[in-house]
Amino acid sequence: MTHDQSGMFGAAGTGDTSGYGGLVRQAVSFGSTERPYGSYFDEVADDLERAYPDFSDAITRVVVDRGELTLHIKKERLAEVALILRDKLKFEMCMGVSGVHYPERTGAELVALYPLLSMTKNQRVRLEVATSELDPHIPSLVEVWAGNNWHEREVFDMFGVIFDGHPGLTRILMPDDWDGHPQRKDYPLGGIAVEYKGATTPAPSNRRSYQ
Amino acid sequence: MTTFDPYASSRETTEGTVFSVTGGDWDSLVSEIGESKEERIIVNMGPQHPSTHGVLRLVLELEGETVTEVRTGIGYLHTGIEKNIEFRNWTQAVTFVTRMDYLAPIFNETAYCLAVEKLLGITNDVPERASVIRVLMMELNRISSHMVALGTGALELGAMGPMFFAFREREAVLDAFEEISGLRMNMAYVRPGGVSQDLPPGMNLKLRELVKTLRKNFKDNATLLIGNTIWMKRTEGIGYLDLAGCTTLGITGPVLRSTGLPWDLRKMQPYCGYENYEFDVVTADTADVYGRFLCRMNELEQSLRIIEQAIDKLDKLEGQPVMVADKKIAWPAQLALGADGLGNSLDHIRQIMGTSMESLIHHFKLVTEGFRVPAGQAYAAVESPRGELAAHVVSDGGTRPYRVHFREPSFNNLQSISAMSEGGMVADIVGAVASIDPVMGGVDR
Repeated sequence: MTHDQSGMFGAAGTGDTSGYGGLVRQAVSFGSTERPYGSYFDEVADDLERAYPDFSDAITRVVVDRGELTLHIKKERLAEVALILRDKLKFEMCMGVSGVHYPERTGAELVALYPLLSMTKNQRVRLEVATSELDPHIPSLVEVWAGNNWHEREVFDMFGVIFDGHPGLTRILMPDDWDGHPQRKDYPLGGIAVEYKGATTPAPSNRRSYQ
Repeated sequence: MTTFDPYASSRETTEGTVFSVTGGDWDSLVSEIGESKEERIIVNMGPQHPSTHGVLRLVLELEGETVTEVRTGIGYLHTGIEKNIEFRNWTQAVTFVTRMDYLAPIFNETAYCLAVEKLLGITNDVPERASVIRVLMMELNRISSHMVALGTGALELGAMGPMFFAFREREAVLDAFEEISGLRMNMAYVRPGGVSQDLPPGMNLKLRELVKTLRKNFKDNATLLIGNTIWMKRTEGIGYLDLAGCTTLGITGPVLRSTGLPWDLRKMQPYCGYENYEFDVVTADTADVYGRFLCRMNELEQSLRIIEQAIDKLDKLEGQPVMVADKKIAWPAQLALGADGLGNSLDHIRQIMGTSMESLIHHFKLVTEGFRVPAGQAYAAVESPRGELAAHVVSDGGTRPYRVHFREPSFNNLQSISAMSEGGMVADIVGAVASIDPVMGGVDR
């Protein structure tokens, strides 16, 4: 759970007749993982600490979950850390950028994730950077990995994250004059209700559904 | 020039003369352009152009026949699959992701399912037979995808014969897909926890026959193209991109392997039990269109080797399950062949309707509500025919994905078209695009 949820169905406004209305499920939060991290993750963290003296200041959390290492980085420090990971720790490749929108995380609603790959050492690590909806700026990494160009444009297009320093931050998938950013959670899916044999099925986003 | 040509008319704008070429009459265009002193012209290639692999738009700046700048316009096939998935349950999402890169549906499904299984923590519970079937299907799919890449690539460079051979082979593979899953493309065959159904009886023998036929038939295209003077002139030294370029642009797959680096996730970070198969990683050292063509050509034989080993394994695993044992995750449908085709097993329906109310409730809950996936995020990558295809899946603990993002190799690799083509001839762009083998369904999602 990324946020608290109550009830079983998406029923709002009308009375909940399911009997599950009082059910409340609480959000789980992933705290920082304690050492030892296991696998090659300790080695990555050690190397990074050695190569980057500001490690403890720049990296807010280290999460090891499901066999994957995620470094949560302060957005002001992202470019520095990325450069060190590329040059000193041999993470030559960034496999792209993935955005996620968590409307409940006040002040850190928009998240950008960078899966890095080291072909030299056959390792992977993920960088996670969060920013506020009110100030959706994250430094661009196109200077570090040129291949991030289109990926950052996609995250801008879909989530409205502005990558400072990007050489040409324009929409890439949606039309240039489109309003809004479709992958945000407050952006509706749309769709039209379908009538079949007299019964009407609402569009997917308007359906009552299990949560 | 004053005669009006409806297919090649010109008009004056503030930026200069704009010539529209929509039909076929180049003569009037050439004579018209010949009057102007400007050598630099900007040409829109696509989005409806036979050699752009779908709806890709290239804006070319030309000095004579030399390309000085290539800009790429994509998004014409954007279907919002990633957004749609957020409103479907975890199993339904398979039907959506399979439609992203429509030439490699099994890879999309497998990447997604591996990520969901990672989130569920059942990676090691997936039955061996299911993993072997996944490998078998992926390698068959690699062949059918490479066949399109080779056939259309050759056609775009003016060779028609290879297309006929390539699509003959592809048909044979698609027939096998149809027999196994019921569908030729977009099968939604791989599901979280395993695959949707077991192979039909007698399939192993048919697959062995298929491998034999394919191995024989692949020689036709090899004879036509490898060493062919015209083919070599159109591909050698064209679309050059070296290892440093590939690394900074995040390029994987045959384009990366054509620079000589044997990077293949099947070997380096095995999944679905690829570590138990013997095969070689194919490379070339020319870093050009010809090298990529050779890589794809030689990968076909490696795929056949893997398929043969997979069939051997399937012989040994006959009768084993193809879905996780956990009934809270496994899709409850028992499929059977009826008079009107494949559908729910009537015996199974009769049993749950007539004798077990709990089974009926369970079936109903799982189909309407779906299963819950513990909160967290996972990234699972597979080696698709075009490079690293990965699914980044986020769960909030509910019955529907919170966010699914696909790291599409086509999307990423298409960025390199500028680096490959600028400074070259305009005719070589076609070869460079074909060598990247972008599938616009995957690029735009």
